[in-house]
Amino acid sequence: MNGLNEIRFFQKIALKLILVVSLTVIIIIGIYSYIKIKSQTDVLLAEVERHANQLSETVKNSTRYGMLLNQREYVDEIIKTIGKDPAIDNIRIYNKEGEIIYSTNPSDVGKMLDKKAESCYACHAENKPLEKLSSKERTRIFRLNENSPRIMGIVNPIYNESSCWEADCHAHPKDATVLGVLDVTISLAEVDKQIKKNELQELLFAIISIASIGIIIGLFVKRWVDKPVRELVKATNQVAAGNLNYEINGLGNDELGYLAKSFNNMTKKLQEVQQQLLQSDKMALLGKLAAGVAHEINNPLTGVLTYSSYLLKRTKDNPELQEDLNVIVRETLRSREIVKSLLDFSRQSTPKKSYVDVNEVINRADTIVHNQLNINKIKLIKELDETLPKITADANQIQQVILNLLLNAIDAIGPDGGTITIKTSQTTLQPKGIVHIKAALCPKNHNLIDNEHKIAGLPSIKLKMKTNTSEGFLFLDPVYGRTNHYFGIPIDKNEIIKLTCPVCDLSLIDKTEKCPVCGGPIYKIEIPTQGYIEGCASFKDDWQRWKKVDEGGNKKFVEIQITDTGCGIPQEYIDKIFEPFFTTKGQKGTGLGLSVVWGIIDNHNGTISVKSEVGKGTAFSIKLPVE
Amino acid sequence: MKNEFDILIVDDEQVVIDSVVKMGKIYNYKVDSADNPFVALTKIKENSYRLIICDIMLPSMNGFQFIDELQRQGIDIPIVMTTGYSTIDNAIQSIYKGAIDFVPKPFTFDELTATLKRAMKYSELINLKNKAQHKQIIYVSCPSKYFRFGYSCWVKDEFNGTILIGATNLYLKTIDNIRKIEMPSVGEKVNQAETFAKFEDDEGLIHNLHSALSGRIVEINEKLLTNVSILEKDPYFEGWICRLIPSEYENEKRLLIPCSSDR
Repeated sequence: MNGLNEIRFFQKIALKLILVVSLTVIIIIGIYSYIKIKSQTDVLLAEVERHANQLSETVKNSTRYGMLLNQREYVDEIIKTIGKDPAIDNIRIYNKEGEIIYSTNPSDVGKMLDKKAESCYACHAENKPLEKLSSKERTRIFRLNENSPRIMGIVNPIYNESSCWEADCHAHPKDATVLGVLDVTISLAEVDKQIKKNELQELLFAIISIASIGIIIGLFVKRWVDKPVRELVKATNQVAAGNLNYEINGLGNDELGYLAKSFNNMTKKLQEVQQQLLQSDKMALLGKLAAGVAHEINNPLTGVLTYSSYLLKRTKDNPELQEDLNVIVRETLRSREIVKSLLDFSRQSTPKKSYVDVNEVINRADTIVHNQLNINKIKLIKELDETLPKITADANQIQQVILNLLLNAIDAIGPDGGTITIKTSQTTLQPKGIVHIKAALCPKNHNLIDNEHKIAGLPSIKLKMKTNTSEGFLFLDPVYGRTNHYFGIPIDKNEIIKLTCPVCDLSLIDKTEKCPVCGGPIYKIEIPTQGYIEGCASFKDDWQRWKKVDEGGNKKFVEIQITDTGCGIPQEYIDKIFEPFFTTKGQKGTGLGLSVVWGIIDNHNGTISVKSEVGKGTAFSIKLPVE
Repeated sequence: MKNEFDILIVDDEQVVIDSVVKMGKIYNYKVDSADNPFVALTKIKENSYRLIICDIMLPSMNGFQFIDELQRQGIDIPIVMTTGYSTIDNAIQSIYKGAIDFVPKPFTFDELTATLKRAMKYSELINLKNKAQHKQIIYVSCPSKYFRFGYSCWVKDEFNGTILIGATNLYLKTIDNIRKIEMPSVGEKVNQAETFAKFEDDEGLIHNLHSALSGRIVEINEKLLTNVSILEKDPYFEGWICRLIPSEYENEKRLLIPCSSDR
């Protein structure tokens, strides 16, 4: 993994977020702008229309007198003068037949207009010409050609009235309704320019908003997402490379900050597990080594011992030889004891257990180190819980643990004196993952415990398992809440699995209840005098329930705390102190003391932890189960 | 024609073979040797042996597998196990698998002699028993409610939390004239398959008795210290050796053989 730099630009969260937000903003601003521009345009056009209408009425009224007097030059002059206004495109008057009689453009005069021409269309669209039109209907917007600006035209019919047919010129008959049409056209170039300007403003506004939203989101994403993610990726890479000490700090209290804390917690746990694994590995390796050494050395020792002891027997009458041979035999026997103790060390796997009063063991250990404590001016404070229950343990091994820790404390305090405190107490921890199922029965009281197949060293619970296609055995993990089951045949988790007693084939499925996690079937196995253990029989999840144990509450432990006021252990050594052959005492130490302690506690299903501060002291805490 | 040997030593270490051969010469045992289990199996088919001494850590097949193989082939020559990896687990496993004894390496000349003498005697007694007429009693088996660990140590559950423990008549008969018994002290803890009582014979050889169970000794039969003969007269009742509170009875009981199966 090369880190965040491998993520392509368009895959980044920031960009995705910006795109989504921008799209929303574009849609909102777009709709808003459209409505705004449309209403502005409508208002502008209405204004122009009103103006055109007014103008048309003005032209009509001002030419009325000229018309009545039939003074064509006068009318012509008025139209031309008004038409000089640059906003006015054209003013024309048609007669009833469609001939242009007056126009601001003199060349148009005399031309005939088709009824289909755009200025006639409003009235002449229907077969029968309309005589009255509203001002809206009289208005039209058109372009002369593609490149010309838009033009608004308004037609104003000139109706017949008494003064018209009574005029001296007698130009118009009495029965005609409409005498002609005044057509005023106004250029919309200015209006269009205004509209265009408005549109541009809106567009600019939209672009600026989107850009600033993008920048703001980008900045915050960088601060709140990018930076923490970079830090997290860096941390995962560190962990992947084996640095479990890496800690993420200062990521705040948001979700990513929480992730970082959870990550720190994970690495801490990993570190503990790794250390324990390492420890087990080393102990196993050491065991193998010791076994190998013992085997290899004991064979030649056999030769030495048998021959020398034989010679010793044969030379009873030769005292001088006897003396020498005795040395050989004695030293060989001593070698035998050394090898034996090496084997004992490696084989801490089977502590010989009995009921042990931890307080008594501590008192015994105290008498052993009493002199050493006095010489070093060390005060030993014992805060022993008188009501401490006895535990099932190997008293000698527990004594060895306490002695080793006391001797280490004495070394740590040195010749200038100090105090060591030994405290015993009772504590309780959750039963799940700790309680060991030692007996299990089928409804017909057949023993289900199988000593042949062991899970993590403990005899498992053997059940017969049938699926639609095959049949085999299932070995349940004997530790309540831990589910390292061994399946003798492969199972499909969607299949219905039948679980029965391997002896009588009686079903162990409880049909009255369902797994509260997945709703599947559950198995129910009797634990003599301890109720029943139940669990998910589809094995889709790890649900297990042992009411009696759950009710009985948490499991009891005896806790031994040994605290000294010695030199303390530097943080970088804390992880290593339980490893075999690790020592800071140079030639004085073997590096086996604490590793033996660890092995013994582990074999008693206990836990050991250490807290230390350089210059202030060290505190070891041991928890041993009360069984 | 089958060659008749007393002992077959199976070990991949020449010096161990030499030691046993040397001892054989002194006590007039005919000793044959094999440096791996396959050679041993061939030799067992070709010749006859009264006793096999077998190492546990052997090339290609370990001592326990070797016992299994012998049992599969229906060969019931008594076996004494020995190993340089002398752990209690190995001792327990050896007895459980059917070996009559377990000698940890390295052993002294006397330790080996004591074991072999007993083993040879055992072999002899079993042979006698197999050939014996109906009414002839070679040794007295332990009572039917008792349990035994191997052939040597018996236990009786007193059903009040304590266990009585002693030596079988067969074991005691393998030792020539017991002169003295050495017992553990009260309060001492013993482990299964660990030596808890020692018998000294005429020649001053020490014979170890391995405990059938682990536990704490609560009482010893002090009468035995003054009068060893009780042992031989009444090994199953008056001749009990000690009383203990077992520490891992449930677990260790699996490895015991009910005496009712001997009847």
